[in-house]
Amino acid sequence: MATVDFASVKPQKPWRLDRKQIVLNSGVFVLAIALTPILIDATPLNGKLGSAFIFVTLATVGNIVLAVVRNGIKTISNSIAASLIYLATALVLLPLASVLFTVIMRGKDAIRLNTLTQDMRFSQPDAPYTEGGALHAILGTFEIVLIASIICVPLGILTALYLTEIKGRFENLVRFLVQAMSGVPSIVAGLFIYTVLIVTLGAKYSAIAGSLALSILMLPTVARTSEEVLKLIPNDLREAGVALGATQWRTVAMVVVPAARSGILTAVILGVARVAGETAPLLLTILGNTSTQLNPFSGPVAALPLYTFSLMKTGLEVAVNRAWGGALILLTLVLILFISARLLSGKKR
Amino acid sequence: MSIIESKYSGSVPDKRQIINQPRFSDRVFRFVVTSGGFTSLIILGLIALFLLLRGLPVFRDMGFGFVTGFEWNPGDPDNGVPTKFGIGAMLIGTMVVSLIGLFIAVPIAVGTALFLTYYAPEGIKKPLTIAVDLMAAIPSVIYGLWGFFVLMPYAVYWEKLIHKYLGFIPIFKMQAPVFERSPFIAGIVVGIMIIPIITAISREVFSQVPLDRIQAAYALGATKWTMIRSVVLPFGSSGVAGGAMLGLGRAMGETIAIYLVLNIYFAPNFQVLFSAGGNVASLIVSKFGEAGEYELRGLMAAGLVLFIVTLIVNFLSNAIVKRTSRTGK
Repeated sequence: MATVDFASVKPQKPWRLDRKQIVLNSGVFVLAIALTPILIDATPLNGKLGSAFIFVTLATVGNIVLAVVRNGIKTISNSIAASLIYLATALVLLPLASVLFTVIMRGKDAIRLNTLTQDMRFSQPDAPYTEGGALHAILGTFEIVLIASIICVPLGILTALYLTEIKGRFENLVRFLVQAMSGVPSIVAGLFIYTVLIVTLGAKYSAIAGSLALSILMLPTVARTSEEVLKLIPNDLREAGVALGATQWRTVAMVVVPAARSGILTAVILGVARVAGETAPLLLTILGNTSTQLNPFSGPVAALPLYTFSLMKTGLEVAVNRAWGGALILLTLVLILFISARLLSGKKR
Repeated sequence: MSIIESKYSGSVPDKRQIINQPRFSDRVFRFVVTSGGFTSLIILGLIALFLLLRGLPVFRDMGFGFVTGFEWNPGDPDNGVPTKFGIGAMLIGTMVVSLIGLFIAVPIAVGTALFLTYYAPEGIKKPLTIAVDLMAAIPSVIYGLWGFFVLMPYAVYWEKLIHKYLGFIPIFKMQAPVFERSPFIAGIVVGIMIIPIITAISREVFSQVPLDRIQAAYALGATKWTMIRSVVLPFGSSGVAGGAMLGLGRAMGETIAIYLVLNIYFAPNFQVLFSAGGNVASLIVSKFGEAGEYELRGLMAAGLVLFIVTLIVNFLSNAIVKRTSRTGK
């Protein structure tokens, strides 16, 4: 009786490419690179775009032919689909890379130390980069986002608690409404606050109006993310709290919410990241300003997205470069928020 | 027994009264949380109410023509020019731009979702997912800047190619060779902006495909693509449709990026390569600055229409996605 020594059987990976196949595959790419300039000369296509187009076509066709030779004609749909799927992924990454690259390359020229320490009170939009800056816009953005968080975070957490702890009769309705709210166009939120505060109540354009508009947009993000986090808290914790004689209020406040602390913080950061770059609602509620305005109740304020937007609209070359600088600061801010949310939620798992 | 009784007689506490009503603190807690839970209802209701109240005179004066009219003219009562507000052209423009966006975004997003679920090596799955999420976090004003200064020169070249070779198709015809700031370019920008959301939802649906069905397909000799075509796509199709609808909702409400890239023009334009188009949201931004009192009411009415349309689209998309994830079919 022959026994199989399972320990000595090495798992085989029949799908792994052997050396010859790897050489052939890379050969196709080398060939495509080599043939591209020749075809550029032979055809009316030209420029970077033309080369990229020819290269992608050649490499794709080469790979498909190779696969057909290797596996037979029946697999042709498989290899075409695979090429298209790789292409789609490349087409997603291309604009992302292009956006990040241009913002950094064009924005860095306009960033000087004074960009962070001066406002545009005494400077024309097309003044040299060494004078004037985005201080007013940075401070304005921080102010507006901070007030929006103060308004929105308690409400968002209460909504999430209603959905996970109370589970009342209207649970599904509330969940539906929160989802519906996440689809409200940002301009409508701005228009609403404008209508209520500025038209009906006769208030001035102010940071507080902007914060109210942003908190409408922020609420669904905070509520939904917190709900997801609270759902992950094991029921044992709630039962343990109640079994120790705590009321529901104490269980939630002392056990459930502290356990979900980092998740709720993530929710808040995601909400802030969602609204920090909003332009349209701010256009209707804070109007924009060239000098620093720290009182949230009095008069127009500046904010980074608005600063970028209005400088770009001037169309002057220097001003547009300043706009790219504003975009770079804004992008950095959003990236910091995004990364910290990632790190926070990653640590927990 | 008797010892215990004698020992503790006289000090046995009364039987504790069992109350099944929540305590006062809990009632307060429940009240506060429940009323907090209804914030969204209150806000949505107030938005509809205020925009309706402010826009009502315009709705009354213009009647149904507000939605079907193609003219936006504050008028000049002294010189006998009538006031006319109609957002028909803008509604058509919104649909044109959003559909171009969807047309571009859906195949790319589905392809990326398939790549992330079935093709990507383990090592690059996570960074790629983060990259796609990052795309959703980039502010729309930056997409607008990028679309205007970086994408536009390339896109104009593509438009010329399309016009040259496909010009016989009615939507690619041109009344004048002005290619800049066309619905096509705005559609590309919007498409890029909605790719992340469609990708995220498609990926979620694709990852729920039961493993046994996938293995069954492979066992029957399917290649990766035939497996995807016969198992994954039928399973995920309505989820993808829901994601696309959600993307449509986003595209219709997009404001600043479209305002920066698109040339807003009051006439229905189906020639997607020609530099004229519209979008309800960017109409509000473009007219807001110089609007008089009555025109502002018109803009609020436009905002209400946009609000209602996006609510309906969102409602439909949520219903579709929910149905998919519940039944798993």
